[in-house]
Amino acid sequence: MGLPVAPFAGDMYGPDAVIMKGITGANWRLQDYLSRGGYSALKKILSEKIPPEQVVAELKKSALRGRGGAGFPTGLKWSFMPRQYPGAKYLVCNSDEGEPGTFKDRDIMRYNPHILIEGMAIGAYAMGIPVGYNYIHGEIWDVFERMEEALAEARAASFIGKKILGSEFNFELHNHHGWGAYICGEETALLESLEGKKGQPRFKPPFPASFGLYGKPTTINNTETFAAVPWIINNGGDAFLALGKPNNGGTKIFSVSGDVARPGNYEVKLGTPFAKLLEMAGGMRDGKKLKAVIPGGSSMPVLPADIMMATDMDYDSIAKAGSMLGSGAVIVMDETRCMVKSLLRLSYFYYEESCGQCTPCREGTGWLYRMVDRIEHGKGKPEDLDLLNSVADNIQGRTICALGDAAAMPVRAFIKHYRDEFQHHIDHKQCVVPTYI
Amino acid sequence: MSASSVLSAASLARIDQAVAKYPPDQKRSAVMAALTIAQDEKGWLSTETMDCIAQYLEMAPVAVYEVATFYTMYDRKPVGKCKLAICTNLPCALQGATVAAAYLKQKLGIEFGETTADGAFTLKEAECLGACGDAPVLLVNNKRMACAMSPDKLDKLIEEMK
Repeated sequence: MGLPVAPFAGDMYGPDAVIMKGITGANWRLQDYLSRGGYSALKKILSEKIPPEQVVAELKKSALRGRGGAGFPTGLKWSFMPRQYPGAKYLVCNSDEGEPGTFKDRDIMRYNPHILIEGMAIGAYAMGIPVGYNYIHGEIWDVFERMEEALAEARAASFIGKKILGSEFNFELHNHHGWGAYICGEETALLESLEGKKGQPRFKPPFPASFGLYGKPTTINNTETFAAVPWIINNGGDAFLALGKPNNGGTKIFSVSGDVARPGNYEVKLGTPFAKLLEMAGGMRDGKKLKAVIPGGSSMPVLPADIMMATDMDYDSIAKAGSMLGSGAVIVMDETRCMVKSLLRLSYFYYEESCGQCTPCREGTGWLYRMVDRIEHGKGKPEDLDLLNSVADNIQGRTICALGDAAAMPVRAFIKHYRDEFQHHIDHKQCVVPTYI
Repeated sequence: MSASSVLSAASLARIDQAVAKYPPDQKRSAVMAALTIAQDEKGWLSTETMDCIAQYLEMAPVAVYEVATFYTMYDRKPVGKCKLAICTNLPCALQGATVAAAYLKQKLGIEFGETTADGAFTLKEAECLGACGDAPVLLVNNKRMACAMSPDKLDKLIEEMK
């Protein structure tokens, strides 16, 4: 098991890849990126003096939505930045990828780092921002080092720095690493962390566009979101939209993990059927039967096999099916998996990662974890399932950030779709999944 | 106590590089990098080390302790020469991480959070490392990601780090 070691085939990410097209794992340097046509979007903007408003308008047309999890329209977010504001302004990339099941930004940064740098430079131009930070998940140190190296290459070639490519446009960019806190993937926790503090989310409003890093207007986007920008500028917002479907423009990198033959990242057009994505990942491992899928990262509601097999992979279709596309982390579970045990591991994660700021989340995640733990270990009580739902209800929507919701949603969905299994654990003190499978 | 009596000139130079990334009045933004650099040099973060960073970055000591206690990869107690942190979260567990974790525990004769008697290895349970596709994955001394760790590869890693 494990992802292929570089160099691998240039179409490993799929035939429709845009961000990861032609990536072999060994062609990450500036020269390689340039030979793939890299930095042409930035060059075009600067040489043709394209007005910033037009860049934002193109983004709006593309229907690019935030790839970090919330799916907020990127063009709209960029239009919130008061570009005429005279003081300091910041552009931040959220590369703090730590949602269980998600490992796409790691591949973008280690195998195609310059596409992120170019995307951020274009964003800075569009919003009139002179300084940016790329906040990288602390656990992927080798990727941090690679980004530092790529940034040095970009600086030396005048793609970053003062008077970029001889124009009047200045943009300085720095990498910043985390050191092990899931919560810093929440944008305001990330800003606190960048300021050298504990990563505890801020109350909103004010939103980062008016009060962000160091209290200055700030725009934060996910790594994959920035990485999609150069293609949109080169090919137009309409062309990007046409890759996907209305309101769901472009391609998306899905991180497929769990019980599949070839776990990995696959970049497909939004609207691609789940069945097709599963096939790209080599199908089920050892020919087992599909039981359940968490389609958007561990925080999102789990869906049973029959619903998933009839669902397309885009924001609206997955929402219609009762879950969310989230970060695009597709966790696949086969028929041998116990849903109680699976939920237990996720509940432990949220209990461990709650920052402790809001009482419903700090206390509630512990309650959820301990209750699922006693059900798993044959000590469940008849009233536990209703109690679990009640605790989840009392967390969801009652906390400063979405971690509370992220802890509550899996609990509700696992019980909704697999109530019989939980009931069996409580009634018979054992698992419903037969050991002979 | 001055910073140069606690940390090496090389470490302080690296901290200076980190400080230069942020506005001049926002030196504390470099605290995470500084703690990481100090931990690399010292192996763990003593109160003395944290106090020296506080002084160097012109922060209140308690503000440095807050950061060092909040982020899980800072060690405020001595750890083994080699710290192994294996992810056992759901995607990894589905791909063999629980088997790998059990193998490591048995091979090293320790549980999560413990250090071998000879001080060679500390074993920790990690939360998502962001590398699920490569499972089972573990972090070696915070900075090296070991991927697709079969029992065979775990044997080799332990031999190498002894």
